[in-house]
Order: sequence, then C-alpha cells, then structure tokens
Amino acid sequence: MRKITYSQAFVEGLDYCMRKMRNFSLVGNEVMGLGPHRVHLERIWKTYPDRVRFPPTSEAAFSALAAGAAMSGEHVFCHLGAASFSFLSMTSIANEAATAHYASGGKIKVPVVFHMLHGLRIGGGTQHSVSPQAMYWNVPGLQIVLPSCARDAKGLVATAGLSENPTVMFTHDLLIGLEGEVPEKDYEIPFGKADIKRRGKDVTLVATSWMVQVSLDAAKILADEGIDVEVVDPRTLVPFDKKTLIASVAKTGRLVVADETHLSCGVTAEISAIVAEEAFQYLKAPILRVARPDVPTPFSRPLEDFITPTKEKIADAVRRVMRKP
Amino acid sequence: MAAKPGFGKTASLRILERMLVIRRFEESLVEMSGEKLFKSHYHLYIGQEATAAAVVESLRPDDKLTTTHRNHGHVLARGAEPGRAYAEILGRATGLNGGRGGTLHMSDPDRGFLATSSVVGGCIGLALGGAYAQQRRGKGGVSVAFFGDGSLEEGISFESMNIAALWKLPAVFICENNGAGATGSSKGGFPSSLISAPRLAGIAESLAISSKQVDGRDVDAVHAAVSAGVARCRSGKGPVFVECITERWEGSKPMWPELSTGITDVCMAWDAGQVPAKFRDWHTHQDPILLFVRKLLRKKLVTRDAIVKVDREVRARDATARQFAVSSPMPHGKTALQRVFA
Repeated sequence: MRKITYSQAFVEGLDYCMRKMRNFSLVGNEVMGLGPHRVHLERIWKTYPDRVRFPPTSEAAFSALAAGAAMSGEHVFCHLGAASFSFLSMTSIANEAATAHYASGGKIKVPVVFHMLHGLRIGGGTQHSVSPQAMYWNVPGLQIVLPSCARDAKGLVATAGLSENPTVMFTHDLLIGLEGEVPEKDYEIPFGKADIKRRGKDVTLVATSWMVQVSLDAAKILADEGIDVEVVDPRTLVPFDKKTLIASVAKTGRLVVADETHLSCGVTAEISAIVAEEAFQYLKAPILRVARPDVPTPFSRPLEDFITPTKEKIADAVRRVMRKP
Repeated sequence: MAAKPGFGKTASLRILERMLVIRRFEESLVEMSGEKLFKSHYHLYIGQEATAAAVVESLRPDDKLTTTHRNHGHVLARGAEPGRAYAEILGRATGLNGGRGGTLHMSDPDRGFLATSSVVGGCIGLALGGAYAQQRRGKGGVSVAFFGDGSLEEGISFESMNIAALWKLPAVFICENNGAGATGSSKGGFPSSLISAPRLAGIAESLAISSKQVDGRDVDAVHAAVSAGVARCRSGKGPVFVECITERWEGSKPMWPELSTGITDVCMAWDAGQVPAKFRDWHTHQDPILLFVRKLLRKKLVTRDAIVKVDREVRARDATARQFAVSSPMPHGKTALQRVFA
C-alpha cells in the first residue's frame, strides 16, 4: 500500500468532508503547523477558496463563530493552532459548543470540530507544549479524538467533520511528518472503537496520539526481552471504548497507561480508574502510569527530557508490572 | 423593508400587543418567583420592550438571533409560546427546552434562535457564527445579537465585531444600553457596565462598522435605525451596530428583581391621576409601553377602548399560559443523562 504522511492523510480527510458536504468549511490558519508540511493545505485552499477563511488572532471569537455557524446549519472545521491557544477559546468551546444541544433540550445541533496541536514537541516550552485533552474530557458534551498515525488521521477527520456533535481533535506535533500506509479510497473510522495497534498476551499498554508510536517502540524493546505487549489505542476518549480495554486486561491481567497529559486527573488517571472499578478481578499486578509530571513544561532539553514519557520509561513500567525489574 | 416615519393601525396594534405580552409575562413571573414556583435568579426586560418589539418587526423568518440572560423579551417578541416559556423557567418538561435551559438559557430554535448564552458577551460570538452561516447561504439572511452594555467589557465583543467588519458578515449588533441610572454593585445594586469609551457606538465606529445611537424606549426610532441597518446587512455591506439606550428600570436595580413600579395600568397613558407620585418619572417619561400608547392616541391611530381590549386579551392569554406551566409535569430525574449528544 502507498505510504503518505500524517499531514497528507489529514488533508485527504478534509478533502473528503469538502466533497461530501456543501456546507462544510474551514476556519483557521496553518492546520498542520508552521513546518514544511503546511504546504499540503494548499490543495484545500486552492480547490475550495470560498470555503476557507483565515481569521485574525481572535481565538475566542472565531471559535464562537464556528460554534454559532454550526448551530445555524453549517459544518465547520476550526483550527486553533497550539492547544495552549485553545484556552482563549475555552468559553466558546466549553460554555457554548459543549452545552447548546443539552440546554436547548436537544433542539440545537453543533457540528463543529476544534482542532489543535498538542504535546511535547522538543523546545515548545510552557506555552507551546500543552496536552489539555483531560481538561476537555471534563467538559461533557464534547467528543475527543486523537489520531495516532496517518491511516487513523484520514478516517477520524472524516468522521469528525461529518459528525453532528462538537468534537475536539488533537494532532501531536511529532506526528505531522510521520509516514504510514493509507488507503487511497475514502473511509470513515467510527468513534468509540479502540484499535489494537499490536497484539500481545502479557501486558496491556494503553496510549493515544504520539504515545502510541512511542509505546510501539517500547513494545519492540520488550519483545527482545520476551515480554509480549498488547498496545491498545482508544482513538477517541469520548466516546470511550471500555469493552476493548477490559477485554484486553482480562486477557493479559496487567495494565500500563502511557500519556502526555499531566499525572493528576490526567488521561492515565481516568483509564486506570475505569479498569480498577470494572476489571479489578483480572489484575495480577497494580496498574502503573507513565505521564507528564505535574509541572509546567521547561524549555531546556535535559529538563524537558526528564518530564517526557519515553519508550525507556514505558518499558521500565512494563517490566515492573511483570515484576521483572 | 425601508424605514418609514411610523406604523399604521394594524402594525401599531401588533407591536403594542407584542410589548404587552412581554410586560404581562414578566409581571406574572415576579409573582411566580414570590410564590416560590422557581428558585433561580432571573433578569427582567421591563423598560426595554420597545427595542425587542421593534427589532423583530424588521426580521424575516429565516433570520438568526442570539440573546443573553435577559432573554425573555427577545424570545417572546419573536413569537415563542408564553406557556412553554413559563414552563421552561419553572423547569417543567413542557418547557421550550424541556427545562434544561431555565431562565438563563431559554431559547426557541424553531424561531431562529441559536443557543442562549449567559456568559456575558457569549451571544455576540455565536451571532457572528450565525452571520457567517447566513453569508455562506447567500440568501440575504441576517444574524442579530441582542446584548447589554456590559457585554462590551468582554474581549470577545471586540474580536467578533472586528471579524464581522473584516469579512462583511450580515451581523446586526443590538446593544441594549440599560446602564443609565443603574446604581451598581458598589451601592448594593446590580452591576452596571464599566467602560471607558464615552459612547458605546463609538467602539463599533472605530472598527468602521455603521453605527447608530437611538432612544431604546421609542419604537419608531429603534425600528427606523434597525430596519435601515438590516437592509444594509441584507445587501452585503457588512455589519451594523445599533445602541438602544434605556433608563435602568427601578425593579432591575436591586440584586433581586422587584415589581417596584407595580402592575402596569395602560390607563395611566391618558389618565395622569392614576400615576403614583413615587415613580412619576417612570410612568410619565420612561415606560416604553405607556409612551407608545400615548403616541398612538396622539396620532389618533387607535382608540383607548382598542388599547384596553388588546391588553385584556393579552392578560387572559397570559393567565392561560401561566396555568399551563404551573400544571405541567416536572421532568424525570433520570432524563438528566439524556441528550448530551445528538
């Protein structure tokens, strides 16, 4: 199968939405960041010039614009830049988009996607490295989507764009240039269906976004040591596929969760709680988490490395749940 | 619709009826609050009815609207069923939004309303989206934001007006400046706005938005400005801003609404003897309903009897609507888990 980058696949997903829905439009600058892969968006800009708007640096207003347009029957894909900037949009996302369907008694639909770039990207510092997906997980009414590879990006963008519900979608900066096999044909990937990225029998390792790639690297190291890791990628946090997770834990009896959100009240905390409450009987060892410590993100490389969940840290956690230090 | 000097008999009675529907609704609401039929805080539109009643007169069924915590007047002016509006405020299953929204988020999407935001300035951003959708649709529809002077303290209002102006979006910004005479929170009253600009319309003008400042108690003045603004929007010339100035009604000055000026008696419009001394200024110079009635009588467009008749009918319907809400069932608690997603 042909190999293309995450960014190319992402753009194919957007193109599918453009072709499928006349009322689909894009509001935002530089959907695939400021690096070399930004050029792939030109295809969208040139093919659909009247359906792309470049807003001023007014995150609160243009995200509200996207939400309000969605309430008026449009489908809007709204790009916010670095996830830190989404905090300026928090009122439009959390107060408006997330609540409108509910507060209207189900009369209003809000088909909008808020896309942002998250994660430790080397040198991002305090305000260009945040991973706020757990914060958004605390806002009922939002779907949360985290593609981890090119193939998933294409299908998840398609599903998000077509969805009738508000969706927050995260792209990790380090995924943008990653190549992978991607079908040429159009396809949608359903939300709430986890994907087992690597089958294994000894330990369940749950990860999303870039951490899936890091976890697959960790699994390779561990395979050489005779530990067979199953890597489970939920793909969407809302809706969350508990069934696949619990089935995997029932098989392996061990769970490690790796994620770039902060340790406290982060993605690893919620996933661990789900398994502790609903699958405790299968566990042969305590659950271990590899997460970003509860500190802001430093710039200097050794400091940033220290707080970054790496394949070594993940492999070490897996060894510990296997009681093989 | 072009601006015209005044309305004929039919339109005048229609507008008067619309204002009375809002007034009677809110007078009843204060009583219902006193009867503990609902316990939330709420905000009244009394004193501003001329603005909503005149604005909707310029709109088409396909136009979009957004409003705020002070939404009753706008939603009713657009023709929402008062019974279902009461039911919403009382948290009943039959409410416009099934009791999910309450007074702060009451919305009637069937009449073009987007979600109602109680975050100050929130409605302006959503209306911007409505205007974006209208521009994309290309059918000449507009999107109206009703908001108070306090909204202009928020950054999103500036951002939204800037984008609307840059992209020539058909947004109609209706700033209901009801801050005049407000006591403010420092004196134990409801907060009034704190804005450095001497004229609120000047803020919009600085972004090259066509702006007007009008007397928000005057149906004809509001309608003239808004209908001209809406026509401008429909023709693709970009957003407009209309500042409708009203005096803060006495009952909305305290933190909790009070029916301080009593139940409105339309006869006060022609019988000065009925006007109590305590709120003479309100009944003589401020109440937009009495002002409108006096104008209609002066122009000899309608008779006193016709006015009394309209009011009697509105009150009868109000009583029925109130009864509908009070006798409506509460929703089942477990339904709280439903309708998070479409």
